[in-house]
Amino acid sequence: MNRIVVGAHYGLKDWLVQRVTAVVMALYTLLMIVAVPTAAGGYDGWRALMSHGLIRFASFVFIVCLCYHAWVGVRDIWMDYVKPTAVRLILHALTLLALVGYAGWATQIIWRL
Amino acid sequence: MTEIIKRRPKYLNLVEIKLPLAGFASILHRVSGIGLFLMLPLLIWLLQLSLASAESFETLSAVVAHPLVKLILLGLLWAFLHHFCMGIRILLIDVQIGVEKEQARASAKAVLAVSLALTAVLGLKLLGAY
Ligand code: HEM
Repeated sequence: MNRIVVGAHYGLKDWLVQRVTAVVMALYTLLMIVAVPTAAGGYDGWRALMSHGLIRFASFVFIVCLCYHAWVGVRDIWMDYVKPTAVRLILHALTLLALVGYAGWATQIIWRL
Repeated sequence: MTEIIKRRPKYLNLVEIKLPLAGFASILHRVSGIGLFLMLPLLIWLLQLSLASAESFETLSAVVAHPLVKLILLGLLWAFLHHFCMGIRILLIDVQIGVEKEQARASAKAVLAVSLALTAVLGLKLLGAY
């Protein structure tokens, strides 16, 4: 048998995840386009904006969506171009670990405010 | 006959084939996505500088004043704008809006133009032109 190792459960679910996360990120972008100009200038204004409950909630959702979206997208790219299975699986693992770390790092920045 | 079959190119050389406009915009969607992904550590670091303290906020201004950082941010600005506009186009096509060949061509052109124009407008602001 000549099975190609790509992992399991990929397909429609990931296609949908990428769409849902894309819509959430687009909405967050619009929210920030509206919200940022309302903030007072300088550090204090920016900090006050980002520590507002609603914005903090939205930013957290955005961070999670971004990392999930990037995971699906980057993994697709590795699958398209990197043929040796071992190399590809290592790249998948590194991508996943990096994104989990980024999610924690970015969340910690906004949650501490 | 066999001669002809043998001489057929068996690869897609991206430099030699004439890529339709929509294909070009699609490749740039991929390029911009990977570019944003690779630069995430920089972006999160800048976010951290902007929020950690009043001093780090000052540091951020100094970091962003560096020409190399400005150049990278300009590239990322375009990447986000192109990825954003192209993403919206893909989502609309998914829900059957703008599927016709003519419309799809026009929207690909619009994505390329709008993201470049917005990059120019916002980029000049980033560079401190106004
Ligand atoms: C408002 C923000 C965004 C929107 C609307 C959006 C939209 C999309 C959509 C619809 C796709 C699917 C493309 C397809 O199936 O052909 C996609 C793919 C992708 N996105 Fe995003 N995206 C956004 C932000 C981001 C960010 C911030 C990143 C990076 C950190 C990113 C990285 C990627 C990657 C790597 C792909 C895979 C591209 C490919 O397979 O060619 N996206 N995006």
